[in-house]
Amino acid sequence: MREVAIIGVGCTRFTELWETSFRDLFVEAGLSAIEDAGVEGETIDALYIGNMSAGRFIEQEHLASLIADYAGLASINTPSTRVEAACASGGLALRQAVLAVASGHHNIVIAGGGEKMTDVGTGDATDVLSAAADREWEGIMGATFPGLYAMIARLHMHRYHTTSEQLAQVAVKNHYNATMNPRAQYQREITVENVLTSPIVADPLHLLDCSPITDGAAAVILAPGEIARKYTDTPVYIKATAQASSTISLHDRRDITTLDATVAAARRAFEMAGVTPDEIDIAEVHDCFTIAEILAIEDIGFFKKGEGGRATEEGLTAIGGKIPVNTSGGLKACGHPVGATGIKQAVEVTEQLRGEAGKRQVDGAEIGLTQNVGGSGGTAIIHILQR
Amino acid sequence: MTVPRFWRKLKHRYNLLGTHCTTCETYYYPPRKICPKCRRRGEIEPHRFKGEGKLLTYTIIQNPPEKITAHAPYVLGIVELDEGPRLTSQIICSPEEAEIGMRVRSVFRKIGEESAEGMIYYGTKFVKL
Ligand SMILES: [Zn+2]
Repeated sequence: MREVAIIGVGCTRFTELWETSFRDLFVEAGLSAIEDAGVEGETIDALYIGNMSAGRFIEQEHLASLIADYAGLASINTPSTRVEAACASGGLALRQAVLAVASGHHNIVIAGGGEKMTDVGTGDATDVLSAAADREWEGIMGATFPGLYAMIARLHMHRYHTTSEQLAQVAVKNHYNATMNPRAQYQREITVENVLTSPIVADPLHLLDCSPITDGAAAVILAPGEIARKYTDTPVYIKATAQASSTISLHDRRDITTLDATVAAARRAFEMAGVTPDEIDIAEVHDCFTIAEILAIEDIGFFKKGEGGRATEEGLTAIGGKIPVNTSGGLKACGHPVGATGIKQAVEVTEQLRGEAGKRQVDGAEIGLTQNVGGSGGTAIIHILQR
Repeated sequence: MTVPRFWRKLKHRYNLLGTHCTTCETYYYPPRKICPKCRRRGEIEPHRFKGEGKLLTYTIIQNPPEKITAHAPYVLGIVELDEGPRLTSQIICSPEEAEIGMRVRSVFRKIGEESAEGMIYYGTKFVKL
């Protein structure tokens, strides 16, 4: 397998973009990545498009052709593939693109991800998202996504004495990081009290424990490592790509408070990259709910099981802490356009490793990790990036 | 969910009918055609569960899914049946009564209804023992 590098990144504003269509979002992200890499359209060998549910959000399927077309690549018949793994669709699109370059089959490949969520009402959006769980044995029984993560949170609190305040600290940290990210949906600070006094969605989770509904798209350009410097002075190398599955239903997991898919993907990724969790300088993890960030930092191996809440409270995951997590603001405050998230994580880590993250820059960051989760943990994708 | 899709597993929903792998002595609900532990070596037979178990974790749903017009708030939990398998189900009790580890028993109840099509879903819920 060949080494693969990211030579260009692009990302739209993440927010409610009423005036921008799905195809326009993708083209905007793709074009800025292409400009960043300085590649010509004709040199792009393939596109991989991460998207969860355009069929239900905008009643559009066949995104592969649509995006190739509006990116101006249908005229030269560039192959294009849509990739779906619920909220991990973006991460999976990146992985497919990495494998295509690593195998030697393609050279320059674009991996994009995007979701246009605000063309439907909030109730419909919630229902579309619940399709990431088992419709026949969770959804129909009355489960919602906040409900599933709330059941994880309740058991984590029961077993490990994690507190609502510690969960709230995840939101407070990520909102603070987002104040330094011009792309973020919420660029304002919040307090623990704000979180705890926001309406309860699914006990013990409050409204401000949940990520929002967002429009947005992101893209990265990949090239073989040996020619990456032809395009950029600051290539970021993909040292590991790993993927793992677990049961689609939360109730069938070996342990309700562990995402075994994350554990397995992390183990494979660290082995492939030849590094340990202690060597990671920054991480973008899948905080669709505050409890999900606690699970992530434990299951990846940054902290022992049960200690994620305390670590967050002690500031170990803040910028300047032991392992800065979600410098972009995460899904929580940067926003969560489902299919875009996995790619946006790679954009953020790339900018950090290049030293281009502005006010939220983590000094001297050399190795970064992204963790993207589908559903309540049925799929996990982990990438390790190094400058 | 469409009517045929719900009907297909009706007897399993109404009677807590799942499967049992006689090779590894593991019980499954909902039914599975392949035992995840034994895969091709598994011998699968139908099994009707007694319907008693304990509450592993729970939440209180304030905003029910639009298609299920259950009376919110309601308690949603993961129940571990005494035979081993777990399922997600509504628990008929007040939010204050719910407790991790509490013994529960299955009952046949209306789960919800789709306002648009007027379809009513029946199936298993749990009550405190
Ligand atoms: Zn078996």
